[in-house]
Amino acid sequence: MSWLDKIVPSIGRIQRNDRRTSVPDGLWRKCPKCDAVLYLPELEKHHNVCPKCDHHLRLTARKRLDWFFDAEGREELASDLQPVDRLKFRDSKKYKDRLTAAQRATGENDALLAMRGTLDGLPVVAVSFEFAFMGGSMGAVVGEKFVRAATLALEENIPLVCFSASGGARMQEALFSLMQMAKTSAALEKLKQAGVPYISVLTDPVYGGVSASLAMLGDLNVAEPYALIGFAGPRVIEQTVREQLPEGFQRSEFLLEHGVVDMIVHRQEMRERLGCVLRKLTHQPLQGEADTLEEEPLVEDEVLLDDELRDAER
Amino acid sequence: MNPNYLDFEQPIAELQAKIEELRLVGNDSKININDEIGKLQEKSKKLTESIFRDLTAWQVSQLSRHPQRPYTLDYLDSVFSDFDELHGDRHFADDAAIVGGVARLDGKPVMVIGHQKGRDVHEKVRRNFGMPRPEGYRKACRLMEMAERFKMPVLTFIDTPGAYPGIDAEERGQSEAIAYNLAVMSRLKTPIIATVVGEGGSGGALAIGVCDELAMLQYSTYAVISPEGCASILWKSAEKASDAAHAMGITAERLKELGFVDTLIEEPLGGAHRHPYDTAERVKESLLASLERLESMDTDELLERRYQRLMSYGSPT
Repeated sequence: MSWLDKIVPSIGRIQRNDRRTSVPDGLWRKCPKCDAVLYLPELEKHHNVCPKCDHHLRLTARKRLDWFFDAEGREELASDLQPVDRLKFRDSKKYKDRLTAAQRATGENDALLAMRGTLDGLPVVAVSFEFAFMGGSMGAVVGEKFVRAATLALEENIPLVCFSASGGARMQEALFSLMQMAKTSAALEKLKQAGVPYISVLTDPVYGGVSASLAMLGDLNVAEPYALIGFAGPRVIEQTVREQLPEGFQRSEFLLEHGVVDMIVHRQEMRERLGCVLRKLTHQPLQGEADTLEEEPLVEDEVLLDDELRDAER
Repeated sequence: MNPNYLDFEQPIAELQAKIEELRLVGNDSKININDEIGKLQEKSKKLTESIFRDLTAWQVSQLSRHPQRPYTLDYLDSVFSDFDELHGDRHFADDAAIVGGVARLDGKPVMVIGHQKGRDVHEKVRRNFGMPRPEGYRKACRLMEMAERFKMPVLTFIDTPGAYPGIDAEERGQSEAIAYNLAVMSRLKTPIIATVVGEGGSGGALAIGVCDELAMLQYSTYAVISPEGCASILWKSAEKASDAAHAMGITAERLKELGFVDTLIEEPLGGAHRHPYDTAERVKESLLASLERLESMDTDELLERRYQRLMSYGSPT
């Protein structure tokens, strides 16, 4: 075998492997959109946004809130709540076993994490869905935690932010789960009546009972780029209408076009954009400025957003 | 096989067919066979009783979808009087899968809103099999807010497989329409009574189902997802629908035990569809009793009670 032969097949092999998705666990991850193989520490530095194509990969609830809040003065809320198997539900596996497995895999008690803290000095209550915990499905604990966070925001008159990522209601909790839609919506209505801001940030994916309740009730509905958001899943729709779904159907950009979300915000800009909006809604001066609002920085922001949108369209 | 009878009702259907046959013979000849018919009818009654004594959750689910079961407009006919149907969401269209309007219950003005399925093929399609689009929920919301202004109680009738999963529905914000209704109903300053008369299909049902009192007909169901849907996701096979129906506890009886249902309305022997007028009487009785309880409260008390009711769902005790 010549020295050339030794090198050429090995290059071929690497390329083939690359396409076959066999990315070793641990250090590498593959971008689901552009198929680029990404070095994990590098990816995490970008908050799980693909540096090649700008695709927003999923983020754990804890990492998201960790990055969202200021480092100092944060407190987790209702962390002691544990899910209860009220129906002794059992399909191919016991619900109890599914819960234990999900808890072990994610290190969380259930699919919602709630915290209070500050965002560039502005007090905020925020909750985030853990998609890796049974698809971020909403059961009684998710509903209860959400309501407690909303109640705290109401009592202290501070804004509430929710990062949703969920497949919908948790079937194993049957009607208890369905009623969380009404429960969370009722709590949000109290905030609305009292004029306490609520921003719903939709991240990939948001469907079913979560989409049809707390996630759509924001004073602002904000989406991350290219997230899948809808009531019914694409497969169910395809089976019902028996036609091919249009390109880009149920993506954030589709929702913006149809008037469902106010804006699409890149993850890197999220803190700053939400901070800017919340400071206006709560009549606080612009961050870092004691004087009255100035127009300039806002204009810059809008230019940035336009760029992102163009990027997203690409 | 008689299509007006479900699988497990077929023995009743056969007996009924025999009775009909005898009647025809009786008309023709001079032989007195009334005794015989009477006996058979007694037998049919016993048979129905024994079949309906122990229905599985899946059988109840099938009954709740029985094609002859009374729908909202039937109740509007038999329970209420002086009904004026009101159409349209004022934004896009009128959705025939939800009907609503002002009517009188024992003379008293009320707002009635409910899902509506169709009877024949043409009507089924027009009413989209009782699966509303966003404009249906927005019409319902408009009528509820109108009821609040004119101090009328809102009486809803739930009977839907679910909100419509279609491209147009998504484009017009199906999720938002449902979510908005949930929020509005939680603070509507007038009593809301929901009655599940057939299928209570998930968010599509709840979007007109937030209430002060919930009643369910004996053979109606209320679930977070259809048994078939649940089975195909969790069991990876829609064939397991009967297991899923049992596991989720979707029947009126089970949901009463779990504390979701205030009034369980017993159905006449053989189900609501065999004796629609008798059923209507019972529904009316239930509505009047609920109204009497709720109208004794002042508005603040009513709203606080509704809020606490919502907060109690699945809260740690």
